[in-house]
Amino acid sequence: MAFVTTTDLIPLIPELILLGAAFVVLLLDLFAPGSQRTTLAVTTIVGFVIALVAEIQLLDSGATGFYGTIVADGFSILFESLYLVIGILTVLLSLHYLDDHGIGFGEYYVLLITAVVGMMFMTSSLELLVIFIGLEIMSISSYILVGIRRRVPESNEAALKYLLLGAFSTGFLLYGISLLYGATGSIRIPEIVVALQEPGALNNPLAIIGVALIIIAMGFKVAVVPFHMWTPDVYSGAPTPVTAFLSAAAKAAGFAMFVRVLLTGIPLEAELWKDLFWAIAVLTMTVGNVMALMQNSVKRMLAYSSVAHAGYIMVAVVVGTPAALSSVIFYSCAYAVMGTGAFGILTVRHFGKTPDSYDDLAGYARYKPCLAFLMSVFMLSLIGLPLTGGFIGKLQIFQAALEEGWVWLTVIGLLNSALSVYYYLRVVVCLYMREGSVPDGAVLEVAESPGFALTGLVGAASVVVYLGVFPQTLLELAASSVSTLF
Amino acid sequence: MSQIWLVPAFPLLGFLLNGFFGKFFGKRFVTIIAPAAVGFAFLQSLVLFFEMRAADGHRLVETLYTWMATGSFQVDVAFQVDQLSGLYLLIITGVGFLIHVYSIGYMGAEAGYYRYFAFLNLFIFFMLVLVLGDSFLLMFVGWEGVGLCSYLLIGYYFEKHSAAEACKKAFLFNRVGDFGVLSAVMLIFVTFGTLNFNIVNAEAATQLESGGILVTVITLFLFLGATGKSAQIPLYVWLPDAMEGPTPVSALIHAATMVTAGLYMVARLSHLFVLAPFTMNMIAVIGAATALLAASIALTQTDIKRVLAYSTVSQLGYMFLALGVGAFTAGIFHVMTHAFFKALLFLGSGSVIHAMHHEQDMLRMGALRKKLPVTYLTMLMGTLAIAGIPFFSGFFSKDEILWKAFSSPLGGGGFWLIAFVTAGMTSFYMFRLIYLTFHGESRVDSHTAEHLHESPAVMTVPLVILAVLSVFGGFFGVPHVLNFLPNGMELYFKGFFAQVPETTPGSAAAEIGLMVASVLLAVIAWSLAHRYYSTSLDAVTALRNRLQTTYRLSLNKWYVDELYNAVIVQPGKLFSTFVLWKLIDQNIIDRLVLLPGNVARGVGSGLRLAQNGVLQSYALIFSLGAMLILGFVLL
Repeated sequence: MAFVTTTDLIPLIPELILLGAAFVVLLLDLFAPGSQRTTLAVTTIVGFVIALVAEIQLLDSGATGFYGTIVADGFSILFESLYLVIGILTVLLSLHYLDDHGIGFGEYYVLLITAVVGMMFMTSSLELLVIFIGLEIMSISSYILVGIRRRVPESNEAALKYLLLGAFSTGFLLYGISLLYGATGSIRIPEIVVALQEPGALNNPLAIIGVALIIIAMGFKVAVVPFHMWTPDVYSGAPTPVTAFLSAAAKAAGFAMFVRVLLTGIPLEAELWKDLFWAIAVLTMTVGNVMALMQNSVKRMLAYSSVAHAGYIMVAVVVGTPAALSSVIFYSCAYAVMGTGAFGILTVRHFGKTPDSYDDLAGYARYKPCLAFLMSVFMLSLIGLPLTGGFIGKLQIFQAALEEGWVWLTVIGLLNSALSVYYYLRVVVCLYMREGSVPDGAVLEVAESPGFALTGLVGAASVVVYLGVFPQTLLELAASSVSTLF
Repeated sequence: MSQIWLVPAFPLLGFLLNGFFGKFFGKRFVTIIAPAAVGFAFLQSLVLFFEMRAADGHRLVETLYTWMATGSFQVDVAFQVDQLSGLYLLIITGVGFLIHVYSIGYMGAEAGYYRYFAFLNLFIFFMLVLVLGDSFLLMFVGWEGVGLCSYLLIGYYFEKHSAAEACKKAFLFNRVGDFGVLSAVMLIFVTFGTLNFNIVNAEAATQLESGGILVTVITLFLFLGATGKSAQIPLYVWLPDAMEGPTPVSALIHAATMVTAGLYMVARLSHLFVLAPFTMNMIAVIGAATALLAASIALTQTDIKRVLAYSTVSQLGYMFLALGVGAFTAGIFHVMTHAFFKALLFLGSGSVIHAMHHEQDMLRMGALRKKLPVTYLTMLMGTLAIAGIPFFSGFFSKDEILWKAFSSPLGGGGFWLIAFVTAGMTSFYMFRLIYLTFHGESRVDSHTAEHLHESPAVMTVPLVILAVLSVFGGFFGVPHVLNFLPNGMELYFKGFFAQVPETTPGSAAAEIGLMVASVLLAVIAWSLAHRYYSTSLDAVTALRNRLQTTYRLSLNKWYVDELYNAVIVQPGKLFSTFVLWKLIDQNIIDRLVLLPGNVARGVGSGLRLAQNGVLQSYALIFSLGAMLILGFVLL
């Protein structure tokens, strides 16, 4: 019996490409002198791009490997492509940031790649243990990325908190998996599904506790209330490009896992779990928005707002129909792009310092008109104004909810969304309506903003607008990828 | 071969060119591109208008592409030109073009010239999308878009604190309205399974029970949205403050176009609204009340733009009154004539302000007619029109509304009386404006007086064109009873709006009688204004002293702002300070945070790094949450 054949590796081609790229970057780091960091970044981007091409080639191939443990279905390909795109964006946003803050480690890029590889395993595997390993690869890479500014106390603090709480939640996940194994005798999702469909299988407390523990652990990863407490601290302590990466890609990966494991894998007895998800969705939206409202730091505001957006996605999770699941995908993609963009603006120095509070945003309209405009686009999309991806995303979610008769949930969502306008608009007001004065002794940047970052941000803003004006392509992709799940 | 998409495409292109390259290509480039974009849109609108008249069913539809389609739900990006949107197209692009041209002169000396024109083009684009869209969703795109541009342009002089405040106010009040629209759209989607206007209008009568709860709730929500956008009670207070924006913006957005979007929506869904008599009655009551309230405030304001702003609110109330009594044609007719004369009056006031170096207080003007002859004459035409002096445009449209308020089965003597009194007030405050500004003795300070000059041709030519329209625009809709021309408006809108069942077609004698009465009132009000304001202001000072209380009420806008502040804003602030911050944040959260910290302090000395115990409290909350969930699923 041959354990591994070449065909087994086909669905893993993108992951293998990325691992190769990681090694190349590591080697280059050894030989490239400190001033040639650009080479590392470019190599990383090239790796991501090749992997992306491989993903596209795999589309419609239906490749599976390792006895069905790894699948390259529409769902995983769509999400993996998203991680790759966010990866590219993150690299574009990192170059100047690493220079500005004297982070000269080539490992930065390597860890970024391994984090993406971890996410890809989380998404493409049908076996709970492999998913768990993927999750850990992603998590450990991100713990280090969060703390990579070794000499900055906030960064250390954030990394330590993330690590400890992350380990805590990992315990829940493993425990849940083992209980579920005890109840069903399998760790493979298709077999678990079959076992749980037996009459009475879901009355087994083992299974119920197992599923609940898994929900808790995943709730931590996607930062829903009450498992969100780490988000603001970690997001504000991490280097800003890493924050962008975590809020976009890591969160999307969490939701991919959520959909794959919980919504299609385990036939959840309707009422009980719906009520639970309902409460989580409402709490997450509301707490996220109210807390965001009270922040004075833009980065923390965005962190809480990412909690609120997870709440909107949870609304779709409550609904759980195929239309709702495809809106989860659409919203994850849209949020990933606009969230990365919004955090991305904060990576660029303004008046010689990396902006943090609302006051730091004064004077953008005058000195950095291009960035001010891009930031406004991201804010409008986060608000959910028409002609942006955010609008279509919210529309899809609430429409799916309405079709199933979740009127109150929709109303609460709309009210929350109305509330969020206030703090997003505050950003735009600061950008455009406040004259910044150049602080004494501050260096006024010669170029408006670094070229790589600007490319990335313009790209992100274009995608946001594209998704608002021509959403049909992604909507169809999302719908067809949901159909591959069942 | 209709090519409807070209109409919004021109201003969008103008926005992109000016917004991205205007800064580099300089003023001349911007000056050509921005008005040209709207000019071309106007030409294309004209072509479409006549095509639409010739088309079957007077409707052109153009589907560009499928915007989104999921399951049974499909929305196209589709534009339609019919009687209603055709007329709006001409108003938006026509008046919009004139205001763009005027802006070249008015904004010539301003910094950020390109930014101003980019936003103005963008506004026209969204406004066109609003009226061209064939579904709620596309209308909503325009609806939010015009709101956005409106805030951007109100906040244009962002160095001014009051401008930034006004901008915020406009935004918040509009959000309340937007929430109404969204709720209504949701309900419509649940009820009809589609968001297409034509299907909703066609199926309204069969799907919804006339006078039922559902249709009443839907229409009330829609109307709430309309009160936000079109500045009606209770959401009107943002509009007068919106006058902080540049004057051409006030003319375009806050008088001629955007503020009529609410009316557009109600008129667009006339077949839905007539099913809800309660809502119709509500619209009429709110419209009449707003008309009266705003007119009474306008009587005493001394800022020339504020008078016009309250006048706009009042006139919008008139139009809602018309819609509420089922006289959709009359309401939309007044939208058109009002667009002419109010744009004219605002632009005229802009010309005065321009000449006066940004002085807006009428008490510091006076006797300007010699210095600004063109502005004076054109504004006089506008005033004659709005006051309802016979054969000027406002006379026809206003009289139609007055008559319908009286004779429609949904109307009544009370509505007529309010509208009648308002008409008198309108005449008074408008002539007061004219006398204070252009007649009497000069109260201009000597420095400004030296530099007084008529505005350049680029500003006066649009004034003259608008004046011509204000004078003759009414002949499109001559009432039947006068009968020297066919009523063009009624022919034009034949079969478009839902019909309110006609009871007795009131007698011609009554109509003529009421008409004469309102003309007499307008003339009396005019002569009163003449008496008090044309020469010296001594008489009016005496009068003011006699009517102290009433005068104060009006001058302070019936203290509505203060009321809102006391009832909504301050409690909100108190709530957030005391409940959210003091109670929840400081007491509950802080204590929660400290509790495990105190317990664990001895144990976790290695974790001191992580900010005195916060981490433990996170873990605690995590665990509590986990226990809650486990308890919930097991029990």
